[in-house]
Amino acid sequence: MGARKATSPEPITIAILAIGGQGGGVITNWLVRLAESQGWQAQSTSVPGVAQRTGATIYYVEMLPATRRRPVLALLPFPGAVDLVVAAEWMEAGRAVQRGFVTPQRTVLIASTHRAYAISEKSAPGRDFADDDAVAGAVNAASRKLLSADFARAADAAGSVISASLFGAISACGVLPFPREAFEAVIRDGGAGAAASLKAFANGVVAAGGQTAKAAGGRASTKLSGGTKAQRDAFDELCRSVMTDFPAPCREIINAGLVRLVDFQDVAYGQEYLARLARVASLADGHAGLIGELARYLANAMAYQDVIRVADLKTRAARFERVRREAGARDGQIVSVREYLHPRIEEMRSLFPARFQRLAHSKAMRAVLGWFAGAKRVRTDRMSGFVLLYGLAGLRRWRRGTIRHRAEMDHIDGWLDRVAAAARDNRDLAVEIVRCRGLIKGYGDTHARGVGKYDRVLDGIDRIKERDDAADWARRLREAARKDAEGSTLDGALKTIADLAAS
Amino acid sequence: MELLRLGAGETFTGEGILAVTKALLQCGVGYVGGYQGAPISHLMDVLSDASHILEELGVHFEASANEAAAAAMLSASMHYPIRGAATWKSTVGTNVAADALANLASGGVTGGALIIVGEDYGEGSSIMQERSHAFAMKSQIWLLDPRPDAPSIVKAVEDGFALSEASNTPVMLELRIRACHVHGSFVAKDNVRSAFSLEEARDAPRRDTGRIVLPPASFEHEQEKVRERWPAAVEFIRANRLNETFDGDLSECGIILQGGMYNGVVTALRHLGLANIFGDSRIPLYVMNVTYPLIEDEIVAFCDGKKSVLMVEEGQPAYLEQAVNAILRDNAVTTPLHGKDVLPAAGEYTGAAMMDGLRGFLEQTKSVAGLLAPAPAAALSRAAAGQLADAMPARPPGFCTGCPERPIFSALTLAQQDVGERYVAADIGCHLFSIMPPFNIGASTMGYGLGAASASGLNVGAGRRTISIMGDGGFWHNGLTSGIGNAVFNKSDDVILIVDNFYSAATGGQDLLSSRARPANRSTHHPIADAVRGVGVKWVRVVDPTYDVARMRDVLKDALTTGEPGPKVVIAASECMLNRQRREKPVMRKAMAEGRRVVKQVFGVDEDVCTGDHACMRISGCPSLTLKDTGDPLRDDPVATVDRSCVACGHCGEVAQAAILCPSFYRADTIHNANLWDRFRASVRASLIGYLQRRRASARALEVPASRAGTP
Repeated sequence: MGARKATSPEPITIAILAIGGQGGGVITNWLVRLAESQGWQAQSTSVPGVAQRTGATIYYVEMLPATRRRPVLALLPFPGAVDLVVAAEWMEAGRAVQRGFVTPQRTVLIASTHRAYAISEKSAPGRDFADDDAVAGAVNAASRKLLSADFARAADAAGSVISASLFGAISACGVLPFPREAFEAVIRDGGAGAAASLKAFANGVVAAGGQTAKAAGGRASTKLSGGTKAQRDAFDELCRSVMTDFPAPCREIINAGLVRLVDFQDVAYGQEYLARLARVASLADGHAGLIGELARYLANAMAYQDVIRVADLKTRAARFERVRREAGARDGQIVSVREYLHPRIEEMRSLFPARFQRLAHSKAMRAVLGWFAGAKRVRTDRMSGFVLLYGLAGLRRWRRGTIRHRAEMDHIDGWLDRVAAAARDNRDLAVEIVRCRGLIKGYGDTHARGVGKYDRVLDGIDRIKERDDAADWARRLREAARKDAEGSTLDGALKTIADLAAS
Repeated sequence: MELLRLGAGETFTGEGILAVTKALLQCGVGYVGGYQGAPISHLMDVLSDASHILEELGVHFEASANEAAAAAMLSASMHYPIRGAATWKSTVGTNVAADALANLASGGVTGGALIIVGEDYGEGSSIMQERSHAFAMKSQIWLLDPRPDAPSIVKAVEDGFALSEASNTPVMLELRIRACHVHGSFVAKDNVRSAFSLEEARDAPRRDTGRIVLPPASFEHEQEKVRERWPAAVEFIRANRLNETFDGDLSECGIILQGGMYNGVVTALRHLGLANIFGDSRIPLYVMNVTYPLIEDEIVAFCDGKKSVLMVEEGQPAYLEQAVNAILRDNAVTTPLHGKDVLPAAGEYTGAAMMDGLRGFLEQTKSVAGLLAPAPAAALSRAAAGQLADAMPARPPGFCTGCPERPIFSALTLAQQDVGERYVAADIGCHLFSIMPPFNIGASTMGYGLGAASASGLNVGAGRRTISIMGDGGFWHNGLTSGIGNAVFNKSDDVILIVDNFYSAATGGQDLLSSRARPANRSTHHPIADAVRGVGVKWVRVVDPTYDVARMRDVLKDALTTGEPGPKVVIAASECMLNRQRREKPVMRKAMAEGRRVVKQVFGVDEDVCTGDHACMRISGCPSLTLKDTGDPLRDDPVATVDRSCVACGHCGEVAQAAILCPSFYRADTIHNANLWDRFRASVRASLIGYLQRRRASARALEVPASRAGTP
């Protein structure tokens, strides 16, 4: 940090790191107007252009009280000489530290904890998020004072954007010697949207003070909302058996799975779930890691997303409420919903009873189903569209007889056989085989590709299952398959396995 | 806008590039031309909107077809005592303008000719990293590089015109990105009307064959440049003290710097404890506000007797360092000159680079080294810094939310899945973001409007057709001739995709020949399809709107497989969403406030239908389509979600259908200020649907509560 001479004033320096569209320019303009309204002088610069389009942008402001002589102000931040860094997103806070703008002697850091995921994070199959904790460690170590909160949510709650809540945080952080009223006056003079911005500003002040209201957390408890007395009793019985038959650490996830499957089909289906789980559990000798993972993946596998399930989920009252909420509709406002569907012949065919397999695959039926296949926009807020999906959801009672159900159950049992075999001798490998079921995701081609990858990974595992480090290899294979949407890195991993097995 | 009318003594406060605009009017400019592009787009935009002010002053403003056209316009100052200015993004624009500039510089000018180049160099730049300096040297155009504050920039405009007239040479004013966008103030002067009007010039034609680039005059021009114009320029610069020398008490060393580096150098010196906020430096400074030509005796006087001098010159090659070294040797000055040995040889001189460079230089001088403030300690340990660097995801620029170009590349991705991967040549413009994830489409970019031309090397007859892309901006800039005409003439069999988004969008949304707006002072509505057919293309398809991904895909496949000979041109037309929102949002807000019926659309994803496979992300990349955790303990992966920034372009839903991804997407239309009929229908539907929903809920053994953790 530079030697400060008593005789020469020093400017207050502010760097703002934002992603295109977050309003970094708005904050910058507000800061300049704020300074000028208080009789100060300010200089700001930015590098918009390409970076404006979703890239990361740095805005830089220097300000100081009016002086007789014209000061020479910098056009970009100097490491070790920034008083305030405002990061409009969590990774951008990390970037500010990385670029040396945040220093423990000098810098107050305001950082929004929310994430705007980069394209690399979004497009990766599965979970591949950047390491939040690495940033947390760095911003704590590097800053003189850290004010972190979810300023995006603070703005959202006010129906405004993050620039306003961050401006509130700037007012609260104490770096600028201006009263809160002066900040608010700048927003008010901005005109359009000032009311919402002021509300977001106030939320930002509160959030920066660490009084941010945490969202009501925790899961709502399971309740029976219908069914017959016999069904309710049966369900209670199942819940009791979870408590008695499975190790304590797994019970919560098993309960969740049980609820999912009763919701998916009926109480008897929940019973099937527990029975399948119990079969492996008896071999696994109470291995909580294996049973817990299996409970999760088995529930997802059994609650497969067929036409019936999708129609069911899309016609529920709770879903209608969620759509209204996400659309930002206020009470009394009318919301219409268009579903973007593309039923394929394959999906419709799979709804046929298994005994009509040949009929379902006949040329004539293909022609008939062809009429209904293809891109459809269905209005579920209208009776016609709603009744169509409602009717499809009503096929649930015949689901057990469908071609799809038979195929899913066969596939699940084949998977469980492999898990069971490994559960006896190599529990770590069994866990890895369980997790392979997560490769099957999505619909249509994505689903088919997932099944293909799953098959190839399990074949690969079969070749090396006798090895001591089989679990390790299984994990590597699965990761290779997961990370690569097209499956080409999987080829490489499989080749390695083949060489290994041959040696 | 009204800032441009400020009179003498009033204070102008605003962006650097706007200050230049005002300065032009104060200098009595007669005409201005240019081509938009960061960082000078704002200059063009302001002049476009200021037609009434320009009319009052008799200033003619053209939004030129390209930079060459803008540079050629300056020939009006060749024979007449009229001041003219041209502006563009550099070095790319200067490359295009080079032919006209060379001719202009050869013949010389009578009225002042000022070329304002926005030097797009360093962080945030979108172009190849080069210097405009080379153009100044090769054509002998004087180059101004003023200190980056409003008064200095305004003074440079005034000096530039005067220097141009004093030396009969065009002058280039170089402004870096940050200087263009710097917010500052200066004291204005009255605007001045050109003494010699353009009408006078037009109505009394002049010609002087001595000014025209034809032998023998062209040989004479070269002699004139070195014998007359150069010495005149040097004399003017010296006499008017365009360069500045600041004395300092630590006179053993000194720093020579480009004017544009001044604030960075002074700030670095301040942090090193050798200057104050007012620029009082203990190290002597020689500030080159003119970086070409150099004033030999000023440099000799500054360096003579010093133990060492540092040349602060951003970018490479180090033309100035070389030239100063030559001057010192010619004059037998033995002072060692430092420069790229302590400062980075290439790249922007950021705060860190400047600090390190100056510290490195000053530490070599014993009497100064002891005075330096200590370097700040690193904020993080090496390990922590490394861990942080690994964590940071890259943020490549991409298409905006709702961009009409996204569906084009989704469609191209799907088309290539069907007909095989093709060689794709890209161009300059927003569509270039297709090169980045998630599309990863495009193998080259050779220059504005050169997309089609850059694929012509592979024009080897029928076979696996290549695809080249250009935007409407590039098309009208030169692509019509260099790309389309070239393909017709050379009997190309390939596919050219033209993105028509109604604007020169990447440069900020300026109008073009094919724009759909109807500005009073421009002629628009000239369809690209007509122009393409006009130069002889037989196979032309227009896809409008682009959001119909399935149709877009089918047309592209058709273009790639049709038996028709000759180039196949697909025009994909939809309005730039950024500009459309700018137009529509205020209208919608007003209607809503006035109580009129307004339907607001957004898209959404059913979180329990989405399986978290992220296939949609890989063919969309929409910023508003992102991920969230549902709080469902059974799920391992985050699911897709549409955030509040959605503008309901419908691309995510279209793609989900066209690529048959999943049934998770829906569009929700909220009616604001619903009318009676809306309400009646909605209440009937709600009661019937509600009845059915309750019926099923009670039949179901169990219903999972929909509200989970995380919902407010």
